[in-house]
Amino acid sequence: MLLRAENLSKRFGGVAAVQAVELAVESGTVHSIIGPNGAGKTTLLNLLCGIYEPDAGKIVFGEEDVTGYPPHEFASAGIGRTFQNLQIFFNMSVLENVMAGGWLHEACGLAAALLRPPGLARAERRARTEAGELLTFVGLERWAGSPSDGLPYGALKRLEIARALAARPKLLLLDEPAAGLNPTETREIDQLIRRIAERGITVVLVEHNMKLVMEVSQRVLVLDHGRKLAEGEPAAVSQDPQVIEAYLGVEAC
Amino acid sequence: MSRKGFAVLALVVALLPLALTNNYTYEVAIVVGLNAIVCVGLNLLIGYAGQISLGHAGFFGLGAYGSAILAARYGWPPFAALASAVAGVSFIAWVIGKPVLRLKGHYLAMATLGLGIIVAVVLATEDQITGGPDGMAVPPLGVASFVLQGEKLWYWIVGAVLLATVWLALNIIDSPHGRAWRALHGSEVAAGAIGIDPARHKLTAFVLSAASAALAGALTAHYSGFITPAKASFLHSIELVTMVVFGGMASTFGAVVGAAILTTLPQLLTALKEYEMVTLGAVMMLTMIFMPQGLVPTLEKALAAARRKPE
Amino acid sequence: MSAELVQFLLAGITLGAIYALVALGFAIIYNASHVINFAQGEFVMIGGMAATAFVDSGLPLPLAAAAAVAAATLVGLALEKLAVEPARNASVVTLIIITIGASILLRGLASLVWDKKIHSLPAFTGDKPIAIGGATLLPQTLWVLGATVVAVAALWWFFNRTLTGKAILAVSHNHLAARLMGISVRRVLMVSFGLSAALGALAGILIAPISFTSWDIGVMLGLKGFAAAILGGLGSGPGAIAGGLALGLIEALGAGYLSSAYKDVFAFVIILGALVFLPNGLAGRRAAERV
Repeated sequence: MLLRAENLSKRFGGVAAVQAVELAVESGTVHSIIGPNGAGKTTLLNLLCGIYEPDAGKIVFGEEDVTGYPPHEFASAGIGRTFQNLQIFFNMSVLENVMAGGWLHEACGLAAALLRPPGLARAERRARTEAGELLTFVGLERWAGSPSDGLPYGALKRLEIARALAARPKLLLLDEPAAGLNPTETREIDQLIRRIAERGITVVLVEHNMKLVMEVSQRVLVLDHGRKLAEGEPAAVSQDPQVIEAYLGVEAC
Repeated sequence: MSRKGFAVLALVVALLPLALTNNYTYEVAIVVGLNAIVCVGLNLLIGYAGQISLGHAGFFGLGAYGSAILAARYGWPPFAALASAVAGVSFIAWVIGKPVLRLKGHYLAMATLGLGIIVAVVLATEDQITGGPDGMAVPPLGVASFVLQGEKLWYWIVGAVLLATVWLALNIIDSPHGRAWRALHGSEVAAGAIGIDPARHKLTAFVLSAASAALAGALTAHYSGFITPAKASFLHSIELVTMVVFGGMASTFGAVVGAAILTTLPQLLTALKEYEMVTLGAVMMLTMIFMPQGLVPTLEKALAAARRKPE
Repeated sequence: MSAELVQFLLAGITLGAIYALVALGFAIIYNASHVINFAQGEFVMIGGMAATAFVDSGLPLPLAAAAAVAAATLVGLALEKLAVEPARNASVVTLIIITIGASILLRGLASLVWDKKIHSLPAFTGDKPIAIGGATLLPQTLWVLGATVVAVAALWWFFNRTLTGKAILAVSHNHLAARLMGISVRRVLMVSFGLSAALGALAGILIAPISFTSWDIGVMLGLKGFAAAILGGLGSGPGAIAGGLALGLIEALGAGYLSSAYKDVFAFVIILGALVFLPNGLAGRRAAERV
């Protein structure tokens, strides 16, 4: 197991957003989390990358108990993520956004940063090339030099993914990567998720688009009111009467 | 852009003496340079890392008084006093930066302005050591019997320190550290998600900006031979921030231009001495209302747009 | 209780009432616009200086006071209309610089319109000290406390019982929802700036007979009012009052028992400690970050 969440719970005031959720993500798979609005999907994702600290339960990543780590240590342990409500660095170019994503692998001392010895200049060139390759991977190569605030919405979604990939995560959490996209763009995201998985990166996907989820996932976890409703292979989950009643019955269209 | 910009700045520093006709104009140029050193450092914190400080005159004052007191009261060699003062202020900034930089927005503004005021009041009150509100005399910089004196010599010293500061700033901005700062400014959650520790990077920007303020403060003290607590006052903190924001946040050359214009403007308006405050206030308000990005970025954008048109 | 302590407490409550009025001004504007108005202290200065000037020109005190409040209110409205509204969507730093610029501009104007001398206003009802248990109380102190209580009561009534007051509260809770309900956010901004300016001017007039007034008193009063507002929890009315009184008492006791040279420092030491150790203020809430 790459990631194990045991008995994970989080309350906000009187609302139990996530209650005793168990999750085991196997290495190399695409594991989706679905559920109606307010089911606790994004809360669970925020728990899995350290933005929220759980009230109870623990998170084990690989062999490491990462419960209670601050977000940047989740990242250095190998968990990356994208944001549903776009958290692009709009004060940087598209390429710089991706280069910033490589911080963990290009971290240098303060003295080197100030004096820029030849070694750093070489590392910078390498980082630039790698960032360019990632932009090509997500299909944004022609935007590389542009300021990021000029990009269309769909491109920003892919920029989030490229930036997260630059940190070379073992596990990538994608928060609704297809939300707000048209069918063509959604197909492109579908392809992109498959190619990310082919790179050996495990993916946890939170998504509303059922077609996308059913196509790319090996396993699906269904949340409802913060609790686990069902879990299994996509085909099995979509047949589960409980799921159909709580979720598909309402939003199957 | 930044390499070309640096060359232009070096050229300006080298050629400016041709236009400086007397000691007074040299003096103005030196003060411009000293303020620019503070602003380039402060811009790392405000413009790049996105953290406000309304108390940097406190670091300026601590650097100035630290070096002055070590040299005048304890007989340290002035260069050792200057270096120790800058190192000491950097350490102080590191210690207080840790808890204070957890605050955001208005709370950070309040905390930094409080720190600045505390420093200013302490400097004005502990008159046994600091000479109180009237200030204290400061020995000149020098080694053994060789003393650095005279406006022309100081012009080249300050010019060299400014160029060095700008060069270091340009390097770090274009390094992983600079990108980490801008990432924090752009989105702190996203920065955390790619492994950037917000506390650590805010602190480096804070310490570097405090060090440059302390360096400029110590140089000011030794250059002018006299220092008063007014240099550590809230108003001076505001002037420094205004220079940065007026020139353009997240633009190193903007910080230099902002320092140059807002330092020389009051000199040009000496005939209107009575209206100095009114003018300063009006300039601050009008630039922020009509050019919220500051002078240099606004001009850069206009230039870029003009260049694109003919095609 | 020793007479000395009573004396310090009285001084502290008087000062605290003034800080509370300034802090309420910060809170009202912050709630309506999320702007920290660094020119708040200048309203205090304008109140005191204008009242003094009007009295000197022969107006009776009550009329002079009313005219000074009106003048400060007009300045507040102008500040909102000419400087804050055009920069509505600017960043926090930009708005801080704008309002600091406004405060420098107003200070400069005051030194031109009036002068750079120190002025004092006659006490409202004489200077004959009232003795209580060894300590003495100036009649003006009673005016400060009484007027503050009346002002706070009037504010409470305004925010809870009038439509405009409720509209301001609605805007402070949710701009968009308030606009959808047909509330004019622009008018709410105007009213809150005018109200804050009036409160500041009232504070300046009340304190002028006790501590004198001059063109540059606004800086420290404004910063301490800001500190009081933060101490009480930014945007909280009761918090602003509690914060103001707490700072006034700390300052008076600190100046009395520790060091009068450092009287301006106590407020900032306390506020730093509070910010670092009490992240939610004395009585307030701090907006949690949303992801």
